[in-house]
Amino acid sequence: MAARNVDDTRSSAMLKALEDQDTTVAFDPLENTMILNMGPQHPATHGVLRLLVKLDGETVLASVPELGYLHRGYEKIAENGTYHEFIPHTDRLDYLSPLSNNVAYVLAVEKLLGIEAPSRAQYIRVLVSEMARIASHLVAVGSMAMDVGALTVLLWTFREREKLLDVYDVLCGARFTTSYARIGGLQQDWTPQCTAMLTQFLGEFGKDVAEVEQLLQNNKIFIDRCEGVGYLSAEDCVRMGLTGPLLRAAGIPRDLRRDVPYLVYGDFAFDVITAKESDALARFYVRLAEMKESASILRQALAKLPTGPYNAMEPKRVLPKKERTYTKMEELIHDFMLINMGIDPPIGEVYQAVESSKGELGFYIMSDGTGHPWRMKIRSPSMTNLQALPLMLKGGMISDIVAIIGSLDPVMGEADK
Amino acid sequence: MALESLQREGYLVTRLDEVIKWARKNSLWPMPMGISCCAIEMMATASPRFDISRFGSEVMRFTPRQCDVMIVAGTVTYKMSKVVRKIYDQMPDPKWVISMGACASSGGMFRSYAVVQGIDQFMPVDVFVAGCPPRPENLLYALMELQKKIQGEPQLGGGGSGPVHIPEGPAPSTTAQSA
Amino acid sequence: MNNAEIVEILKRHVPASILAVEEFRGDLTVVVRRDDIVRVAEFIKTDSSLAFDLVIDVLGVDMYRPEERFEVIYIIYSLVNKRFLRLKVRLPEDTPTVPTVTGVWPGANWHERETWDMFGIKFAGHPDLRRLYMPEEFEHHPLRKDFPLMGIPDSLPLPRR
Repeated sequence: MAARNVDDTRSSAMLKALEDQDTTVAFDPLENTMILNMGPQHPATHGVLRLLVKLDGETVLASVPELGYLHRGYEKIAENGTYHEFIPHTDRLDYLSPLSNNVAYVLAVEKLLGIEAPSRAQYIRVLVSEMARIASHLVAVGSMAMDVGALTVLLWTFREREKLLDVYDVLCGARFTTSYARIGGLQQDWTPQCTAMLTQFLGEFGKDVAEVEQLLQNNKIFIDRCEGVGYLSAEDCVRMGLTGPLLRAAGIPRDLRRDVPYLVYGDFAFDVITAKESDALARFYVRLAEMKESASILRQALAKLPTGPYNAMEPKRVLPKKERTYTKMEELIHDFMLINMGIDPPIGEVYQAVESSKGELGFYIMSDGTGHPWRMKIRSPSMTNLQALPLMLKGGMISDIVAIIGSLDPVMGEADK
Repeated sequence: MALESLQREGYLVTRLDEVIKWARKNSLWPMPMGISCCAIEMMATASPRFDISRFGSEVMRFTPRQCDVMIVAGTVTYKMSKVVRKIYDQMPDPKWVISMGACASSGGMFRSYAVVQGIDQFMPVDVFVAGCPPRPENLLYALMELQKKIQGEPQLGGGGSGPVHIPEGPAPSTTAQSA
Repeated sequence: MNNAEIVEILKRHVPASILAVEEFRGDLTVVVRRDDIVRVAEFIKTDSSLAFDLVIDVLGVDMYRPEERFEVIYIIYSLVNKRFLRLKVRLPEDTPTVPTVTGVWPGANWHERETWDMFGIKFAGHPDLRRLYMPEEFEHHPLRKDFPLMGIPDSLPLPRR
């Protein structure tokens, strides 16, 4: 494209009319870079993420993500409420897998108190965590496929997710923001109806994942759009502090369920899925395979589920059953004290992390001995994973941005806290 | 086909604005301002099980210029409020707003420094839906209430011009089978 | 590799920088002198037996006490040893500055930005220290104990109805 002669009087007069304090007219678009704003409201940014991208034509030169559009002030709210009052707030963190957030928080508080939930509660917590992982990966797989154009997959995965949400409905009373785990145990018990529903789901699940695979595995368009896109070397992944499926897709087999075991994950046989290519396609397949591993853990847990109480015998820390508060004196007093004053933790600080579907979700709690935490920090995997986004976008095309964000799978409720 | 159903109901519409209102209420294209958890329930409402497209709201256009109703689903922070208002201003008339969920209606469970305690502080709202998040049936009921409001039927014995509040709790089930 | 071994290695190589060692519920926290944090960070990353290479979190705490009001806590994980370690630095209120560790662990970048945003703790040498969550024009630091929960009226703009 030949550069236009600046002295051409007539055309330059027209272009001068376009110029004002905010606009300059560039003669050769190919010689200039453009800054594009993928605003907080965008169909494909997985939530309110703002991305400023510097483009040279269609190639991305640099990018800057901006967070904070969903910053709700969780940590300040935690400092002003009791430990029990924060449990519903943990649902809204990674709102695609709320049960695993509940379990993570409750584990951190139990570590602070030095108590342990009974064995049945631990197995049920494993069950719900793995169900939450499957539900979250279903959305991740579906929305990544939708972002690159395969809309059918989203509708199929949402159909599967509805079956899991039905189990939550029966178990916890809510489809979604469940607030199921309690300090010292659970809100209510696992019922045979839940076992029946979950067994039916597991029976159909293998076939449904096979359908999705059949649609996408040899799909040339999908592979071309995702292969080699968003590559980040293993050293860079470790340097940037990534965790979860992103780190495993780079070949590093870090899984907190295996490395720093919590709950009863030592009793189950499962593989840690890794891949080598560390691009969008590898992450997609890691998530698909992790869903199958979670299904296998669910089958094992259902078979091994022990009987027994589902709440620890710690009257000064564990909320009593509501029926007993209406009839018995000690339970009434304990309920009153726990709700108003909070539990009675020692002074100290703990950090407890679990392997959630996005990565390492950790809670750092510093307690000053009162019923309110002095400091509660939520280590959110999505925020740390988003740090690597500019590195992954560099050198790609605009249309790769969507595939890369889909493979990162950020949840802004967690990233913005 | 639509004309036959009108004739079957026993009357032929003569007033033009009745026809216009009927057309508008049955083809409400939503602008999903999905911000946080309620956005997932909104996506579930669009999914095959609850199927918002039965009500004419199939096309969830993400461009405000083509939409009639904005469903604000999620917590609106002060930083995000400017964006929501800008997109609301970009929608052409006639436009309505459904404030979905507790956070959008009143700040929800987040009583903190960064959350706007209700979007009606900076934009007009037509239907408030309670719930955290509201079940998809609840959102569909809200859509039906909005349709009634557009049709101009008087609500609660008064005029139909004020906002409608949908309480949390068992909404009339609009699904073919129960859960 | 248990807590005692780590403390022993640290005391052997960087004894002047260690101010205190705390253990609670099996977690190890090492209180480090503020000016030596980068040296200690580099040591625990490059030492072959420690190899703490994955930065998990960097957070601030407002202790609201007259001396050494703020604390900055670094949580690091070792992929080889499969364990966590916490480093702690105490800062006074009038000079809440600490050298940045982004040279050692680049992944601490956004965590330090968040700590600046929420507490006002400056990280000397940080490549891009600006707010992460609150708007850039916001003048306060929300997680300090003297900032009210409901915020300060009119500190954040709202569009008119």
